[in-house]
Amino acid sequence: MLKIESYPQLLETQEQLKPKLAIRLNGHQAEGTERMILVCGGTGCQASDSQKIVSQLNGLIAQNNLKDIRASITGCFGFCEKGPIVKIFPDDVFYVEVKPADATEIFEKHILGNEKVTRLLYEEPISKQKMETQHDIPFYKRQQRIALRNCGLINPEDIEEYVAIGGYQALAKALTTMTPVQVIDEMKRSGLRGRGGAGFSTGKKWEFARHYESPEKFVICNADEGDPGAFMDRSVMEGDSHSVIEGMALAGYAIGSSQGYVYIRAEYPLAVRRLQNALKQAREGGLIGNNIFGTGFNFDVDIRLGAGAFVCGEETALIHSIQGERGEPGTKPPFPAQSGLWGKPTIVNNVETLANVPIILTKGADWYNAIGTATSKGTKVFALAGKINNVGLVEVPMGTTLREIIYEIGGGIRGGGEFKAAQTGGPSGGCIPKQFLDTPIDYESLASIGSMMGSGGMIVMSEQDCMVNIAKFYLEFTVEESCGRCTPCRIGNKRMLEMLTAITEGRGTEEDLIELRNLAEVIGDTSLCGLGQTAPNPVLSTLKYFMDEYKAHVIDHRCPAGVCQKLLRYQIIIEKCIGCTACVRVCPVGCISGSVKKPHTIDQTKCIKCGACMTKCKFKAIINN
Amino acid sequence: MTCNNCNGKNKLLPPESYGQLDTYIETLHISRDNPRCKDTLIQTLHKAQGIFGYLPEEVQLHIADRYAISHAEVSGVISFYNFFTTTPRGEVQINVCMGTACYVNGAEKVLQEFQRVLGIKSGEVTTDGKFSLESLRCVGACGLAPVVTINEKVYGKVQPAKVQEILENYLVESGEEETVNA
Amino acid sequence: MVNLLIDKQPVSVPEGTTILDAAKKLNVRIPSLCYLNLEELNMVNKVASCRICVVEVEGRRNLAPSCATPVSEGMKITTNSRRVLFARRRLLQLILSNHPFNCLICAKSTDCELQRLAWEFGINTQRYEGERSSHAIDKSSSALKRDPEKCIMCRRCETMCNEVQTVHALTAFGRGFDAIVAPAEMKPLVESNCVYCGQCVSVCPTAALTGVGYIQDTWAAIFNPAKKVVVQVAPAVRVAIGEEFGMPAGQIVTGQLAAGLRRMGFDAVFDTTFGADLTVMEEAHEIIERITKNEKLPILTSCCPGWINFIKYHFPKLMYMPSSCKSPQQMTGTMIKTFYAQKMGYKVEDVVSISVMPCIAKKYEAGLPDHQSNGTYDVDFVITTRELAKMLKEVGVDLRYMPNEEFDNPMGESTGAGVIFGATGGVLEAALRTVYEEMTGQILENVDFTAVRGLEGVREASVDVNGRTVNVAVASGLGNARKILEKIERGTSKYDVIEIMACPGGCVNGGGQPYCADRVETVKQRIAGLYEIDRGQEVRKSHKNISVIKLYEEFLGKPGGHKAHELLHVSYT
Ligand SMILES: Cc1cc2nc3c(=O)[nH]c(=O)nc-3n(C[C@H](O)[C@H](O)[C@H](O)COP(=O)(O)O)c2cc1C
Ligand code: SF4
Ligand code: SF4
Ligand code: SF4
Ligand code: SF4
Ligand code: SF4
Ligand code: SF4
Ligand code: SF4
Ligand code: SF4
Ligand code: FES
Ligand code: FES
Ligand code: FES
Repeated sequence: MLKIESYPQLLETQEQLKPKLAIRLNGHQAEGTERMILVCGGTGCQASDSQKIVSQLNGLIAQNNLKDIRASITGCFGFCEKGPIVKIFPDDVFYVEVKPADATEIFEKHILGNEKVTRLLYEEPISKQKMETQHDIPFYKRQQRIALRNCGLINPEDIEEYVAIGGYQALAKALTTMTPVQVIDEMKRSGLRGRGGAGFSTGKKWEFARHYESPEKFVICNADEGDPGAFMDRSVMEGDSHSVIEGMALAGYAIGSSQGYVYIRAEYPLAVRRLQNALKQAREGGLIGNNIFGTGFNFDVDIRLGAGAFVCGEETALIHSIQGERGEPGTKPPFPAQSGLWGKPTIVNNVETLANVPIILTKGADWYNAIGTATSKGTKVFALAGKINNVGLVEVPMGTTLREIIYEIGGGIRGGGEFKAAQTGGPSGGCIPKQFLDTPIDYESLASIGSMMGSGGMIVMSEQDCMVNIAKFYLEFTVEESCGRCTPCRIGNKRMLEMLTAITEGRGTEEDLIELRNLAEVIGDTSLCGLGQTAPNPVLSTLKYFMDEYKAHVIDHRCPAGVCQKLLRYQIIIEKCIGCTACVRVCPVGCISGSVKKPHTIDQTKCIKCGACMTKCKFKAIINN
Repeated sequence: MTCNNCNGKNKLLPPESYGQLDTYIETLHISRDNPRCKDTLIQTLHKAQGIFGYLPEEVQLHIADRYAISHAEVSGVISFYNFFTTTPRGEVQINVCMGTACYVNGAEKVLQEFQRVLGIKSGEVTTDGKFSLESLRCVGACGLAPVVTINEKVYGKVQPAKVQEILENYLVESGEEETVNA
Repeated sequence: MVNLLIDKQPVSVPEGTTILDAAKKLNVRIPSLCYLNLEELNMVNKVASCRICVVEVEGRRNLAPSCATPVSEGMKITTNSRRVLFARRRLLQLILSNHPFNCLICAKSTDCELQRLAWEFGINTQRYEGERSSHAIDKSSSALKRDPEKCIMCRRCETMCNEVQTVHALTAFGRGFDAIVAPAEMKPLVESNCVYCGQCVSVCPTAALTGVGYIQDTWAAIFNPAKKVVVQVAPAVRVAIGEEFGMPAGQIVTGQLAAGLRRMGFDAVFDTTFGADLTVMEEAHEIIERITKNEKLPILTSCCPGWINFIKYHFPKLMYMPSSCKSPQQMTGTMIKTFYAQKMGYKVEDVVSISVMPCIAKKYEAGLPDHQSNGTYDVDFVITTRELAKMLKEVGVDLRYMPNEEFDNPMGESTGAGVIFGATGGVLEAALRTVYEEMTGQILENVDFTAVRGLEGVREASVDVNGRTVNVAVASGLGNARKILEKIERGTSKYDVIEIMACPGGCVNGGGQPYCADRVETVKQRIAGLYEIDRGQEVRKSHKNISVIKLYEEFLGKPGGHKAHELLHVSYT
C-alpha cells in the first residue's frame, strides 16, 4: 500500500514505480520484450463491452502463461466513436471498434504471432488507407494533449501509475517550496483561464478568494458538465481523476481552504466511481487528508451528486444545490469568492481547468504561457460531433483554426457534404458560418463573431441541417432547463421558442423576425444568470448569418434543408416513378396510390410527412421540397 | 415537522425499505442544530429513490422528518431535479439521449420509434409497468450518438430500425411477449 | 459612505445600500414588483426575479436589477434611458402574456401592484401571446384562496411564509415556465401545514393569494327576513378601515363604524373588545392558578388562531402550554349564540353571527368543529376589514360622513384593555392589569406596561407580584414565536407568561387589513391609534367592565367556573 509522508518520499516512490510505465512512456525505444495492452475503459467504450475485452485478454495471457505482458484499462482516447479502442505498446498499434469476440484474434495474431490484425486498424475515410499506429492517425496528429495528458496512458484506477508519471509532485513542490501567493502568481502568469465557459483568469479568481479573510473557505470542482454533446470533463474524471484532485488541493492551498467538493452530475456513474476510488486511494496514501507531506496542510474532498438540472452548472446554483436546496442561481455580486458555500469564500473551478493546474506548476508558467494566443493560453479540449467524419475529443492549442479542427483533425464533413456552420459554446453559444473557418479560436475571437468558447462543445453542421431548427433545438433546451426564477428567462425564452416553432411550421411572420431580435436583446440584457443571459445567442447568431433561411421559412414557407417536417411536401416525380409500389407498402397512413407499373401519387391532405416513402424509393422518384 | 393532515398517516411501503434508508441516514449524522446538514439531502433522495424506485409522499415526509425540515422544502427540491420522480418508473427504464450530438444524429427519430413500438409517449410508463420512456440530455457518450440507455446499460449508434431488436432483449429476459405492439 | 451618480445627480449613501434605495433618496422612483423591504418587521425579499427595476450601470455589460445591486464608489447609473425603458416595458409585457386579463372581476383590482404598473406604463396592447401556465384555483380552505394563474413568481409569499413566519408551507415547485409557488406536492392548502396567518396575502402583489370572501353570504343573511344578523367588530379594524375611505392610517373610526354597520342592516352591532375583556377574565384566572401552583409554566396566550395552528403543527409536544381560552372572536360568538339569543328569545338557528376581523386565520377558526353551540357555528361568517370596506361602499356608506354611534348592549361596552388586544403586547398588558390587581388585591395606578409595547420581535419584562417576580415575554411574528418555543424546548426559558401573535406587529397588521404602500409606517400608526383609544377610555381594566361583571352574574357564574369553562374554553387534544 502506498503511503507518502514527505516530498522526498514521494520522489523516491516515483522512482520505484517508474518502471511500471516505462514501456508506455519510452515507446519504441524500449528495450526487451515486455509489452502492454491498454483497453479504453471510458463510458463510450465500456458501452461496447470493453471490460470484457480486458478480462478476455488477461484470461488468454494467463492461460498461455505469458509473464511479460498485461492488459489493463485506461482512460478515454477521445476517439469514442471508433471505440472500443485497444492500444498495444510498444508497437503503438491502435485497434478500433474492437469487440470482445476480437480478443482472441488480437491475442493470437498480434501478441503471439507478432502480426497486425489489419481488419481492426483505423481506416482513413477519404483515402481508405489503413493506419498502423496511433501516430499516423490524422485525428491525433495535430493534437497537443495537456489536460488529457494521462487519458489513454495510465490506468485511472491505480494511484501508483499516477504517482509513477509524476503525479502529486506539483502539490508536494507547492506545499514545501512555495507560498500560497507564489502559487497564485504562477497561475496568474501562466495565463490559464477558466475552461467552464466564462474564461475568467484562474489565478485572479484564487487571488480574490485568498483576499477575503475567513476561517473557512471552500474549493468546488464543477463537474456538472451540462452542455449536451460535450464530454471532456467526463473523460478527464474517468481517465485521470487524480489530476483533478491534485488541482483542487493546490487551489485549496492557494486560497487557504481545507475542504473541497466535487459536484458531479449523476448521469456519469462511471466518473463518480472512478473519483470515489481515486479519493480513497489518495486519502489512504496520505496525499489528501491531514498533514499532507508533513507540512501541516489539510485538505479533503467530498463528492456531491447532481440530479439532472443543467442550471446547476452555474456556480451559484451549484452552491445552492450542494446546500441541499433548489438549484436556482443567486444574484451576483456578491461573488462566490466573497460569499459562496454557506456564505464562506468559495472558488468554483471547472474540471478541465483544475486538470491543467498540476502540470502548469510542474512545468512552470512560462512553458504554459508559450502555448496559445496572446489572450488565451494553453490548449482547449473540444468535443467534436455532428456531421463530421472523426467524432471525438480533441485537444488543440488555442489559436488553432476551425478549418484545422474540422478538416485536418475531424477529417471533414461526413459523407462528403458541404460545411454549413459550427456551433460552439452549446446552448449559450452561436453558430459560426463558413466565412469564419479561418478564425483562430480563442475566447475573444469566438465572442467577436457571436459565439462563445463555452465548455468546448463543437457541433459541425452541413447543408442537411436547418439553422432555424437548430436555433429552436437550443432554445428548447434552455426553456426546459430554465430554473424559472426570473421573468425574461422564464417567460421570454418561452415566447421566443413559440415564435421559432411558428416559423418552423410555416406560421411565422416577418414581424416575428424583428420581435425575435428585440426579445433576444431584452432577455440577454436582463436575465438573472448566465443561462438566460446567453440563451438568445443561438437565435441571434443564426438570425445574423442565416437570415435567408429564416426568410425562406417565413416568406416561402419552405425549409431549404428539408428538415422542418411541417414544411415538407413529399411528391412523386412522374417521370421517374416506375410503379414498383414499394412506397405504398411503407406509407403508415396509406396515402400513396397508383396501379402497378404506373406512376404513383401522394395524397397531400393525408400525408403526415414521415419520409418513409422517400427512403424506400430506390428510383429517387420521391422528393421533398 | 408534522402537518394537520399527514400527521400519523400510515406508511404503505415496506418497513424494511425504511429501515434500509434509515441505516443510511444514520451515517450522515444529521443534527437539527446544524443548518449545514442539509448538504446531504440530495444524496439521501438519490438513495431513497434507489431503494423505493420513486419518491412518493410518504417517503418525502419520512425524509423531511429525519432532516427536521418541512415537507414543502423536500417537495420543492424533488420537483426541481429531473432525476427524481414521484411516480414509479418502469422496470425497464429507457432513456433516449436528446443532447446535441445525439439530436443532430437523429435521436428524435429514435425516440419516435420507441414511442411507436411501446405505445407510450416520452415521460410515460407502459400500463403493465414494464417499460418507461424518457429523454435526457447527454450521458457523455456523444461519440456514439445517438445514444440510448436502458437501466444502467448504454447503447450507442442506435438506429430506429434497431429499436425493436433492443427491446426484445428485455422481453426475453422476463419471458414475456406481446407487450410491444409493433 | 459611498458616493455615486444617479441620472447625473450625486448622492451619498451607506455601504450596502441598493441602487433602488439610493435612488429613493433622490426621489428618483424606480418601478419594482418583486422587491419588498419591511425592515422593522424583518422581512426583505431580494430574489430579484421580476427584473422590472433594471437600470444601466456604466461599464457593466448587461442591465442591473437595482433592488439587488449594492452601490459602489463612483458608480454611474442611468435609470431612464431608452435601453432601460425598452427592457422594462417588454418585461412587463412578458409578465402580462402569462396572466389572465380579468381585472374587472378580480379581488385585487385597484389594489394590485401589477395592474398599477401596467397602468403607469400605459400598456395598451397585448404584445405577446402564447401558452399560459394553467393551474387550478385552490379554494380548499375556508380562509385562504390561491389562484396560481395570477402568480408572477415574485416569491414574496415564500419569503414571508418560510423565512419570516418559519412555517415553510410554501415552496417554489417545478422548474422553468411551469414553476409555481405552492404547498408541498402542489397539494391543496388544507393538506399542508399552512397556519392561515395570512401574511402571504398581505405581501402578494397580485390576487394570487387572497382571503376567501364571504361578502355574498353576509348580504344573503342580512336580506333574509327570517334571520337575526349580529355583527361583531375586532379592535384592530377601527384604526385601519378609515384608510379605505381616504383617512390616514390610525384614524379612529369606532363610532362611525358602528353607525355604518347599522346602515348596512345588521340587527345588532357588537364589539369584539367585549369578548377580549371576557378573555382577560378567563385567562387571568388561569394565569393566577398556574402561577400560584407553579405548574404548566409558561402559560401561552391563545387568542390568535394563526399562532395556535402554528404550535399545533410545529411543536405538538408543547400543546399543554397554551391557555385553554377561546379567542375573543369565539367568546363573543359563543355569547351571541347562547346568552344573547337566550336573552332575546331567538332560536339559535335564526341567529346569524358575522364577525369583521383583520385576520385570515379567524375565517379558519370559525369553522372548527369545537366552535359550535346548539349545532350552529358560533361565528357563521368572518369577513375582513377589506371586505367590510367594500360592502360599505356598495351600500353607499362613506365612513367619513357617518355620525358617532355606540355599539349595542349587552356586548357593546368595552375597556381600554380589550382594545389594545389589536396590537402586539396588548393581550399581555391587558392580562397583567387584571392579574396584578387580583393577585395583590391592590389597585394598579400606572396601567401602562410600556416595556411590552413596540415592534421589536421579542420583548420581555418582569413584574413583581406579591414578591414573586413574574417574567413575561411578547413575541409577534411566528419566526419569533419559534425562537421562544425552541428556548422552551431546550429548557432555557425563564418566562411565566408569554403572549404570541402570528402577525408581526399583531392584528393591526393582520392579513385582512387594508393593503398599504408603506407598511411599517402604517402599522405603527394603527398601533398608536389603539393606544390612544386605551388612554381615552374611562375604564382600562377588563375586570372593571360593568357589562362583563353583569354577564358573569347573570349567566356565566365565576371566571374559570364550570359554565364559563364549558362555554369559553377549548381543549386541544
Ligand atoms: C447555465 C450555466 C451552466 C454552466 N455549466 C457549467 C458546467 O457544466 N461546467 C462548468 O465547469 N461550468 C459551467 N458553467 C460556468 C460556471 O458558472 C463557472 O463559471 C465555472 O465553473 C467556473 O470555473 P472556471 O473558472 O474554471 O471556468 C455554467 C454556467 C452557466 C451560466
Ligand atoms: S436566467 Fe433562467 S436559469 Fe437563470 S435565474 Fe433566470 S430563470 Fe433561472
Ligand atoms: S411522407 Fe410518410 S405519410 Fe407522406 S406519403 Fe410518404 S410515407 Fe406516406
Ligand atoms: S417507390 Fe418510388 S418508384 Fe416505386 S412506386 Fe413509389 S415512387 Fe414509384
Ligand atoms: S391580479 Fe391584478 S392584474 Fe391580475 S387580474 Fe387581478 S387586478 Fe388584474
Ligand atoms: S377600465 Fe376599461 S375595461 Fe375596465 S371598466 Fe373601465 S372601460 Fe371597462
Ligand atoms: S397563511 Fe401564513 S402559513 Fe399559510 S401560506 Fe400564508 S404565510 Fe404561510
Ligand atoms: S403568490 Fe403572490 S406573493 Fe407569491 S409568488 Fe405569486 S405573486 Fe408573488
Ligand atoms: S395576529 Fe391577529 S390578525 Fe394575525 S393571525 Fe393572529 S389573530 Fe389573526
Ligand atoms: S470512451 Fe473509449 S475512446 Fe472515449
Ligand atoms: S449528446 Fe447524447 S450522449 Fe452526449
Ligand atoms: S424589483 Fe428588482 S428584480 Fe423585481
